[in-house]
Amino acid sequence: MIALEDVHKSFVGTEVLRGVSMSVSRGEVVCLIGASGSGKSTLLRCINGLESYDRGKVEVDGRRVDPSSPAIREIRAEVAMVFQRFNLFPHRTALENVMEGPVYVKKEARSLVEERAKRLLARVGLEDKERSHPSQLSGGQQQRVAIARALAMEPKAILFDEPTSALDPELVGEVLSVMRALADEGMTMLVVTHEMGFAKEVADRVVFLDRGAILEEGQAREVLTSPREERTRDFLRRVTHP
Amino acid sequence: MEGFWVDARAFLPLLLRGAVLTVVVTLGALALSTVLGLVWALFRVSQVPVLTYFSKGVVNTIRGIPILVQLFYIYFVLPEFGIELTALQAGILGLGIAYSAYQAENFRAGIEAVDPGQVEAAQSLGMRRSLVLRRVVLPQAFRIALPPYGNTMIMMLKDSSQASVITVAELTQQGRLIASSTFKNTSVFTLVALLYLCMSVPLILFAGRLERKFGRK
Repeated sequence: MIALEDVHKSFVGTEVLRGVSMSVSRGEVVCLIGASGSGKSTLLRCINGLESYDRGKVEVDGRRVDPSSPAIREIRAEVAMVFQRFNLFPHRTALENVMEGPVYVKKEARSLVEERAKRLLARVGLEDKERSHPSQLSGGQQQRVAIARALAMEPKAILFDEPTSALDPELVGEVLSVMRALADEGMTMLVVTHEMGFAKEVADRVVFLDRGAILEEGQAREVLTSPREERTRDFLRRVTHP
Repeated sequence: MEGFWVDARAFLPLLLRGAVLTVVVTLGALALSTVLGLVWALFRVSQVPVLTYFSKGVVNTIRGIPILVQLFYIYFVLPEFGIELTALQAGILGLGIAYSAYQAENFRAGIEAVDPGQVEAAQSLGMRRSLVLRRVVLPQAFRIALPPYGNTMIMMLKDSSQASVITVAELTQQGRLIASSTFKNTSVFTLVALLYLCMSVPLILFAGRLERKFGRK
């Protein structure tokens, strides 16, 4: 479904991705972990073309991701993204946020989309917040709307970029439980996260990124409980006992 | 004081006619400057180098020439190239173009103040650039640009008096004509000032409301 091959990326002289190769199969949940600055978010953003890459190949469903090509829009419509800071449209209600993509990008009939959007908001536990604007919602609620917005596009996969990092600790659980439910339903997910409990419990695989390269990857439980590499052990020690 | 009321009764009909022209010039120039300003601003942020430089050049040229000179140019020089405009048309065109530079900067500031995350969110839904602009960036940019837009409206109302130099018989010009033929400077210019206040105070209050509603978001 998602395949990266020897992907390199530099920002003004600093190489942030140094030959990353990995893949995510349909229905798989993969968690990307690593210290900040290790290139996790950049990697995620290369997959839907929000970031360009210098060398290598990124493919979604066999189609090459090229941010400069108009075809990138089709890929983006199929691979949704959930951001750390939610990025809901502040001038639209929760319901309008969810409807925006299907109505204006996929040109679906408004009445059908509205029904689906309402169902999606109910699914993330926000049926009573349809008419609220983002500023009237808590961080956790906003992130759940953002997930509903992603789902409204009926994507083949969803990329999560540290979806709980900007949340107050007591609001993290509500977002993770929505994500857990999605994983249970078979959604293909690539999740950049520091929530090791979530990764252990939900992910099929965990990929540990260190200074722009994959240092270790494997079954979630294996990597998280008995990592082979010293740097992985070190990282896990730091996130679990800060 | 009694004399003032007598004068007011005598001069107000003419002055009100001038005030109507002031409103026409202001609204016309406001509409034109808004459209042009938006065009310059969109060129500026287009990421197309030719358009960006063109917009920069136009805005700086307009900002670098006094409004009076621009009005003279349009009214007295364009006819030499076969473009004849009435004083009112020239006034609206001149003020509209002059103010488009300020509007452009105002709109550009609004557009650039929109969180880049908003653009990314829109792109990640598969929106094309024009749709991102229309559905996500511009509605938010307008909210940011509204309070300064309110101020521009007030400045424009007052600056519409500059159209008097090319014989537009707006409020200031009417006042000047009456004063020079009656010598009742105090009455006439007090009335003129009061009429401007009657128009600008509601605008100031309106701009204040805009500021409170959108300024802090």
